Amino acid sequence: MNIQSPGPERIITLADAIREGIVESFARDDSIFLFAQGVADPSSMWGTLKGIGNRFGEDRVIEMPVAENGAVGIAVGAALNGQRPIISFHRVEFALLALEQIVNNAAKSHYISNGQHKVPLVIRMVIGRGWGQGPEHSQSLEPIFSYFPGLKVVMPAFAADAKGMLIAAIEDDNPVIFIEHRFLHYSTGHVPEGYYKNPLDGPHVIRPGKDVTIVGTSHTVLEAMRAANVLADIGCSAEVIDLRVLRPLNMAPILASVRKTGGLIAIDTGFVRYGVGAELVASVAGEAFNALKAAPVRLGLPEHPTPSSRGLIPGFYPDAQLVVREVAKMLKLDDAKVRRALKKLDEQRKDLPIDVPDPYFKGPF
Amino acid sequence: MSSQTTLRNSKDVPLSTEQLVDIYRKMLRIRLIEEAIAEHYAEGEMRCPVHLSIGQEAAAVGVCEALALTDKVYSTHRCHAHYLAKGGDLKRMFAEICGKAAGCIGGRGGSMHLMDVEKGMMASIPIVASSIPVAVGSALADKRKRSGKVTVAFIGDASIEEGVFHESANFASLHKLPVVFICENNLYSVYTPLRQRQPDRPLTDVARAHGMFAMHGDGNNLEQTFKLATEAVQRARDAHGPTFLLLDTYRWREHCGPSFDNNIGYRTEDEYKQWEAQCPIRSLRSRIGGALKSDLEQSMTAKIGAEIEDARAFARSAPLPDASLASQYVYA
Repeated sequence: MNIQSPGPERIITLADAIREGIVESFARDDSIFLFAQGVADPSSMWGTLKGIGNRFGEDRVIEMPVAENGAVGIAVGAALNGQRPIISFHRVEFALLALEQIVNNAAKSHYISNGQHKVPLVIRMVIGRGWGQGPEHSQSLEPIFSYFPGLKVVMPAFAADAKGMLIAAIEDDNPVIFIEHRFLHYSTGHVPEGYYKNPLDGPHVIRPGKDVTIVGTSHTVLEAMRAANVLADIGCSAEVIDLRVLRPLNMAPILASVRKTGGLIAIDTGFVRYGVGAELVASVAGEAFNALKAAPVRLGLPEHPTPSSRGLIPGFYPDAQLVVREVAKMLKLDDAKVRRALKKLDEQRKDLPIDVPDPYFKGPF
Repeated sequence: MSSQTTLRNSKDVPLSTEQLVDIYRKMLRIRLIEEAIAEHYAEGEMRCPVHLSIGQEAAAVGVCEALALTDKVYSTHRCHAHYLAKGGDLKRMFAEICGKAAGCIGGRGGSMHLMDVEKGMMASIPIVASSIPVAVGSALADKRKRSGKVTVAFIGDASIEEGVFHESANFASLHKLPVVFICENNLYSVYTPLRQRQPDRPLTDVARAHGMFAMHGDGNNLEQTFKLATEAVQRARDAHGPTFLLLDTYRWREHCGPSFDNNIGYRTEDEYKQWEAQCPIRSLRSRIGGALKSDLEQSMTAKIGAEIEDARAFARSAPLPDASLASQYVYA
């Protein structure tokens, strides 16, 4: 998965990159502390919290009682009083218990107070597919949080960006929902050492192209890149955009891309209806309608909850194959060439089961 | 606000007559302000819901007198008395209720969101119990900073029905945070009496189940409220952890709005009269007795009246905020 542009020659996992981001931030500012359930858990949230408690102490790494709404409210109160808390939710579903504080107090305290209060707060949430996690442990609920002005919602796809964006999120004076796809914790990439920030400035074009625009979020960016790679081999030039920041949404790079390519395929980790893709397609249709040469396409989850069994998963998650087929339809690509591209994707995946991110994955999360 | 500082460590020293007169003036001021809001509400200048504090002034003043200016208060939808007792600016309060740019938060929140950060009136949050974890987080921040400051969360009897109260109480108790929960039991959540919402048991037991120190007092008795609040605040300041202080009191007027509502059937006129007879302001006045001369009292009342008229006039003539400001401060 080393498709991030090369940086310094050091390859680590995205989980380790996040841990480094926390450590770098902690070392620079004593007002930063974190809450999570199971901070001493040896698995330490995919390793992202490993060793941080030992290094910085209980005062900085606070074991959170099983009380999500309370925890977010407490973090908001601490943030209003000059602290910079980080909260980690191991499953996005637990954050649903905290919606009241997220929506009423985190998102609105700056606004209601006429700018007098600030809420520098990071709420990490883990979303997405995993080994049999099923209907209430693997949802992708980012559109819920993206609904509210006052929240920032970010979804890094690459290890280096995850570290830089996390440091930027911690230093941001706003509440930032930092969404991590479970599979991505195992992905690797070139990650610079030490302290650096990647601005929360919206979509980045990560692969230039001219025939079609593919916008992805988080793990689906990797699927989009896989699709673009095999499409290139059959003479189709896809531009891939990593959305990165869902709110505030900066449409400019996407509109510019669609004005160039004339086509839009949006692929994200959530449901098709009322989702991120719906917002992107609506915005493009509203603002660049005349540039579109074909109807824009949304790819996402179908209209049912996530089943646990791998027998029920085929066809559930949108992937590179689906992207290739949709691009082929949109651009009326030659059937034989498309079959060649799809075959190549098959070969890359080899016999890897559908419920694991890479050959090294051993479960259980 | 001077007495907020001078009185805070006077746990065992009875209030002097001079102090009682000053406190009486503060309670009377809140009552007259609230009555002015009620009287003028129908004129249509105050175009937002108002939850009046009439009848509950002793809890607000008794507790805030036990605090230093730098201590912090978080309140609820019924926040007028807390805001005023903590020293919140009256003109900016009227302006806020009238939706004016000069309001304490520029017309963004109205009556239910009053705040004055410089006075330690940090926020009023109108979703029941929503302010509780925020207050606990405020106390956590001050514990981390070793600032010696205390946070007070004014809450109502219904808030202990909310899950987040228990989440917050557990955390505050576990970490011995410098926070005091002032539970004003006015017996009603909107129109629903306590007996229909909770089993018959001491409300203080709920806090004690979280390992928290709890006390119970007559919330209409200023001296008792002040004494208990002073003890609770001192415990917090001395790092002995949170206290739950239950204060019995009564909401005289309707849940939301300017009127009396004993005629609509959810409570009786008799019940109202029993509580009205325990008026926190009249009872303190009778205990002060002749030490407050009637001419002094008259001039005190007149001064408050003039201040209210002045603040109302300020709010009336203040400009509305420009519509272009509505999108400001979404992000810091």
